[in-house]
Amino acid sequence: MEHVVIIGNGIAGITAARHIRKLSNKKITVISAESDYFFSRTALMYVYMGHMKFEHTQPYENWFWKKNRIELVNAYVNKVDTENKTLLLQNSQAIKFDKLIIATGSKPNMFGWPGQDLKGVQGLYSKQDLELLEANAPNKEICKRAVIVGGGLIGIEMAEMLRSRDIPVTFLVREASFWDIVLPQGESQMINEHIREHHIDLQLNTNLVEIISDENGRAKAVTTDKGETIACNVVGLTAGVSPNVNFLKDSGISLGKGVLVNQFLETNIKDIYAIGDCAEQHQAIGNRRPVEAVWYTGRMMGEALAQTICGRKTPYNPGHWFNSAKFLDIEYQTYGWVFPEVSKKEYEQHFHWRHPKEKICITVAYHKDNKQLLGINTFGIRMRHQIVDRWLTEKRDINYVMEYLKDANFDPEFYSRHEKSIVAHYNSIFNTNITPKKKSWKRIFSNA
Amino acid sequence: MKAIKNIGLLIFLVGLSIFTLLPLTGTFTLSTDNLKKVVTDQNIKSEIFVQELENTVVGKSFNGVSALSSKITTALENANAHHRENKEYNKVMYVGPHDMAATLAKASGEGFIVNNKILMWFLTFGLGIIGALVFILPNVILLGKKGIKNDGIYHEKATNRGWIAWLVFIYLVSFYLLLYFRPEYAVNWTYTLDPLSLWLSGNLAGHWFVYGFMYSVVMTVMAVRMYIKYRHNTYQMVRTTSVLFFQIVFAFLIPEIMVRLQMPYYDFKNIFPLDYDFFFQWNLRSLLNSGGIGLFILVWGIALTLVVVPVMVYFFGKRWYCSWVCGCGGLAETLGDPYRQHSSKSLFSWKIERWLIHGVLVFAVGMTLMTLYSFFTESSTVLGIKTQSVQNAYSFLIGAIFAGVIGTGFYPIFGNRVWCRFGCPLAAYLGFVQRFKSRFRITTNGGQCISCGNCSTYCEQGIDVRAYAQKGENIVRSSCVGCGICSAVCPRGVLNLENGPLEGRINPTEVLLGNDVDLMDLVNKKS
Ligand SMILES: Cc1cc2nc3c(=O)[nH]c(=O)nc-3n(C[C@H](O)[C@H](O)[C@H](O)COP(=O)(O)OP(=O)(O)OC[C@H]3O[C@@H](n4cnc5c(N)ncnc54)[C@H](O)[C@@H]3O)c2cc1C
Ligand code: SF4
Ligand code: SF4
Repeated sequence: MEHVVIIGNGIAGITAARHIRKLSNKKITVISAESDYFFSRTALMYVYMGHMKFEHTQPYENWFWKKNRIELVNAYVNKVDTENKTLLLQNSQAIKFDKLIIATGSKPNMFGWPGQDLKGVQGLYSKQDLELLEANAPNKEICKRAVIVGGGLIGIEMAEMLRSRDIPVTFLVREASFWDIVLPQGESQMINEHIREHHIDLQLNTNLVEIISDENGRAKAVTTDKGETIACNVVGLTAGVSPNVNFLKDSGISLGKGVLVNQFLETNIKDIYAIGDCAEQHQAIGNRRPVEAVWYTGRMMGEALAQTICGRKTPYNPGHWFNSAKFLDIEYQTYGWVFPEVSKKEYEQHFHWRHPKEKICITVAYHKDNKQLLGINTFGIRMRHQIVDRWLTEKRDINYVMEYLKDANFDPEFYSRHEKSIVAHYNSIFNTNITPKKKSWKRIFSNA
Repeated sequence: MKAIKNIGLLIFLVGLSIFTLLPLTGTFTLSTDNLKKVVTDQNIKSEIFVQELENTVVGKSFNGVSALSSKITTALENANAHHRENKEYNKVMYVGPHDMAATLAKASGEGFIVNNKILMWFLTFGLGIIGALVFILPNVILLGKKGIKNDGIYHEKATNRGWIAWLVFIYLVSFYLLLYFRPEYAVNWTYTLDPLSLWLSGNLAGHWFVYGFMYSVVMTVMAVRMYIKYRHNTYQMVRTTSVLFFQIVFAFLIPEIMVRLQMPYYDFKNIFPLDYDFFFQWNLRSLLNSGGIGLFILVWGIALTLVVVPVMVYFFGKRWYCSWVCGCGGLAETLGDPYRQHSSKSLFSWKIERWLIHGVLVFAVGMTLMTLYSFFTESSTVLGIKTQSVQNAYSFLIGAIFAGVIGTGFYPIFGNRVWCRFGCPLAAYLGFVQRFKSRFRITTNGGQCISCGNCSTYCEQGIDVRAYAQKGENIVRSSCVGCGICSAVCPRGVLNLENGPLEGRINPTEVLLGNDVDLMDLVNKKS
């Protein structure tokens, strides 16, 4: 029986394991040093905030693994011996494999800041980081202020977490506006406002210079490039993540930032594959980045690779890009590509509408010549994935999108709808005369 | 703000303490006249019983109801034993000894409580309501911006099965046990509501009136909490208003007013088989003897079960009843909301759920068939089994213990829908229709799920919503009551309650949207 060994029990590794089990009878072993069972990393924040217990973040009950004959090993892999097809574990055990899947995820970036190894300084990636934060910042008496460095998705989640325990938070962001390397101006501005509404001290255009230690080797303050010193007990470093591949350095597996793979997720060595956050495509697919560190792509790679391993060679060939996040109270969804001003293509134009009072807005990106839809961002409006995906595939133009916008609304029943004012705004800008069509189940389910 | 909340809590606890002490206090003296009146009203033929009461009770003053009660129950049991022995069946009293004690105690109360009914109302219910509102209202400001407000739920002793939760559990269970099995202890509570009851129905308040009133009040106060907590969510606001309306108007007011108009007491939204005694002999008799309105109720009751349920579930799903109309659901969605996370999501619980709830449905239907058979053939047994014993067993086990004591008492530990999920026979019936022929489903939004688990955690019906959502599958489950909370708490906008065409309602897909289109075809072909 062929033995498939997977390093990493995150979404990528576990999806691969589950699908291989569905398609075959192979022996499957999953090795991970973080937790006994698969859990959802994206839900770590809710455990600290008291919405859930850690056990709730585990999508499968504990008996699931045995029943599906997926063997779990809680151990750290020190070394991959590619020649003998053997893994050496930290507990000096050795495990032989016929096929190896590397799905080791990411680790928080540390840019060599002075003081980054002090006590009270931490990232937020793993279960251990969560436990550390619980120890470092159990309440506002012990943690009188926290400083978060790095304005991305994890940074804002960490700010929200700490605020849920009323801990004062200073949020240092390098950019001129929150996440404006991804979000267009209007949206990024709106999020700035919302962050401040939550009493988070947002400092834009500001970099960390140094973390200052107290006499016990604990962080007691940070200094910024604005010359300010901010007293604090906890420093959260959330300046992005990078592939967790250091342990592969001398293995002969070729590495760039991550494990280099082709479209079939194969590394340079036969029978060794990489998926999820730690994989780096030789050649980026479409507008995607070579390393895609999001939940969905890890899952898709796992699904594709399972096919290959079970004898149906399948490239990783993702469909239209999509993603979502939540900025404090504001839900964000994106479909296709909407680029911010800094990286916008020369043909890309935007239509933007924002609600006069609420924190709700939409941006539609389209091609300036043929008006073809390129992507949609929404904040505070839920969109129907299936419909927007179909529009992108069918290469609809923006007028069509406006006309059928109601089909794509996915907000709960009785919510106030905004299509009318969105389209009115559109008409007034483009001198068009579009009336939005009534939502139609028939259209929604046609070729579903 | 926090200080105001604490003051509210204090006022509430004072009201609750007085309320809790009331059953243990009060003076009771049964006069000869009052005894005569009860004997006439209740049509009591046992002179032994009356004689014993005259010897041991009449004219004596009792402190607290318990001494009085034990005399009455003993007298009743002795008298009945005597009559049974002498085969004087027409003299046997079929009313329960504690119900008799409650009736006589009600006629015997005197002193401060009886003379100050309105003041006593204020000191119990009044303080409770004011305190609770003062405790809840500051949340308008404390909770901050609109959004999901689940911070700290798993840190609080009240909502994380801490000692507060266990205290509430014990309190609720004791309250229900008292209400069902020792109603004489509720007598002092009934005095406080006499003025209202007289005004509504023209009768003095009984312990079920107290229960109905409390139920409505608790729901109203906790609905205020819902409005504040979910003020960003229109679905929750509308739904809460709807259950509140049906409780106050249909379950509480209309039946009382009907009594005043000499009509049968009837809750027009209580549907068989939840309304399990609808076909009981005494009810059918009473309806048939009430002229036009009785007949109307009979037809209405049957139509609710046979026509309204399937049609409404077809168009809107089970939710139209369970989380928009039903009283049990109404309490669960208001008083029970802080506990919704405790429903177990394990596969094991799901197995138990299916056995139990369908078992109760079979029990209810079987009992009703026996009842109808007995009614039409006028025989008291079916295949050698006494219909009456089966009815009593059902009333005791399901009606009182399961629906009441467990159904509500277990909120703080096992979640707010224990009865609705494991026991309610109507829910089982609604669920069949929802599962097999309904336009309702919870749509999963393509590939957007991040498996975070908020939906599953907060599903009061113990549905592992995530298990479907992370596969891109719609959720079509017979137990879903459409409360809409899974959709509300999902941080990625994945879930939406919708009524749409039947086709494509159930959509098992292997590969999620956003992936390679050919891969999707490949995988789905194989399965
Ligand atoms: C706080 C937070 C919030 C997020 N929110 C979102 C979101 O909302 N949406 C989204 O799309 N993405 C989100 N992400 C990103 C997403 O979680 C990741 O892209 C995804 O979890 C990566 O999955 P993976 O399977 O590739 O790796 P991982 O989940 O990182 O799993 C890798 C596992 O391998 C183990 N491992 C590594 N090296 C070894 C070794 N040598 N030996 C043994 N075990 C090893 C690790 O300990 C880890 O358990 C978030 C990430 C974080 C940290
Ligand atoms: S699945 Fe959702 S709507 Fe249905 S009962 Fe559970 S939480 Fe409520
Ligand atoms: S709450 Fe939403 S994102 Fe989280 S598991 Fe449920 S459906 Fe998925």
